[in-house]
Amino acid sequence: MSAIGHYLEAAGIPTVSISLIRLHSEKMRPPRALWVPYELGRPMGVPNDAAFQTRVLRAALSLLARTDGPLIVDHLEDAPAGAPTSAEDVGWTCPVSFPAPAGEETPALALKREMDSLKPWQALAQERRGRTTVDQSGISIDAVADYVARFAAGEDVGEPLEGVTAAEAFKRITDDLQAFYQEAATAQPGHGATHADVLDWFWGQTAAGKQLLACSERASAGDDKRLKFIAERLLVPHVARARLNL
Amino acid sequence: MARLEDLPPELASHMEHLPCPDMGPTACADGPPLAERRVAIISTAGLGRKSEGGFNPGDADYRVIPADLPAADLTMSHISVNYDRTGFQEDINIAFPIERLQALADAGEIGSVADYHYSFMGATDPANMQSAVESLVGPLQAEGVNAVVLIPV
Repeated sequence: MSAIGHYLEAAGIPTVSISLIRLHSEKMRPPRALWVPYELGRPMGVPNDAAFQTRVLRAALSLLARTDGPLIVDHLEDAPAGAPTSAEDVGWTCPVSFPAPAGEETPALALKREMDSLKPWQALAQERRGRTTVDQSGISIDAVADYVARFAAGEDVGEPLEGVTAAEAFKRITDDLQAFYQEAATAQPGHGATHADVLDWFWGQTAAGKQLLACSERASAGDDKRLKFIAERLLVPHVARARLNL
Repeated sequence: MARLEDLPPELASHMEHLPCPDMGPTACADGPPLAERRVAIISTAGLGRKSEGGFNPGDADYRVIPADLPAADLTMSHISVNYDRTGFQEDINIAFPIERLQALADAGEIGSVADYHYSFMGATDPANMQSAVESLVGPLQAEGVNAVVLIPV
């Protein structure tokens, strides 16, 4: 982000950059930066809070009047905390509980059963928001589940997305699976789930998380270097690995 | 929350050791009062129109986002999994505050909102983006943009 500021200012276009990692701005010294104390992924602070976001934007825009850069100004209005997470508090729980199966079931069936129970919630999220982010692969969510289960089981998955490499298809499809679960988990207005809550739930409690970990192991053991890179670096978040010892 | 000390050690270390070349100082370009500025957003969240292809690892090009693009047609295909996406799922303005910018224009606090906004995918080495960024100078100047808000994710 800082580099783009340098390139544009050198061409005479004034810029102001939002900064999420202050250290990066200190090192790269963009002409104007507003550091904000928000979670990665939330540069404007709070979703669905127009007043809060406007304060951030206004603070950034106000720096355009200055020409004494490089400068970094701190915007110190913290985002409200999410749901309580201490042991004494209830905290966030997923709106869906997954009943135990009647008998033994395969990982593929466990995934299907779990996803079927989440579909009404993801549909609700999509309806309320008027949009969905389950949009990377272009295939149905049932086809996403089938691919993940087959990949995790070591079966041949063929060419799931026409004209797309195996590695890129893996990335898009596994992104869609995660987006489906995230949208379902946060469907209820005022759900109070933090990013960490959703990560703990997905990677620690769901069949989908277990299946993706199995996919990661299979890809890591394979010969496709690009797929191996994606499976090892672009699948399981650092935060989830750290919190759950994955 | 994005304070390094609040991040898990592995992620904090990753952030701490990312190559960040000192490119400055670059002189600040001047401009008219805010109420006369035409403002564009450039994001590095890997945003784009759903009708286009998403970003892949290493991509250094950009996507064009018309100001009037319906939210339902905006997609995020950043390759990283190390940031929150639930905020964007709830509200595009968390990373692409186009509605907030339009409200400031309606209130007369800024002059106007650019017709076109842009997004790169921030996991790419910035040095590889230089030519693509510089190719945007013409289109930005052609529509009179004299303020750009750069927004990471």
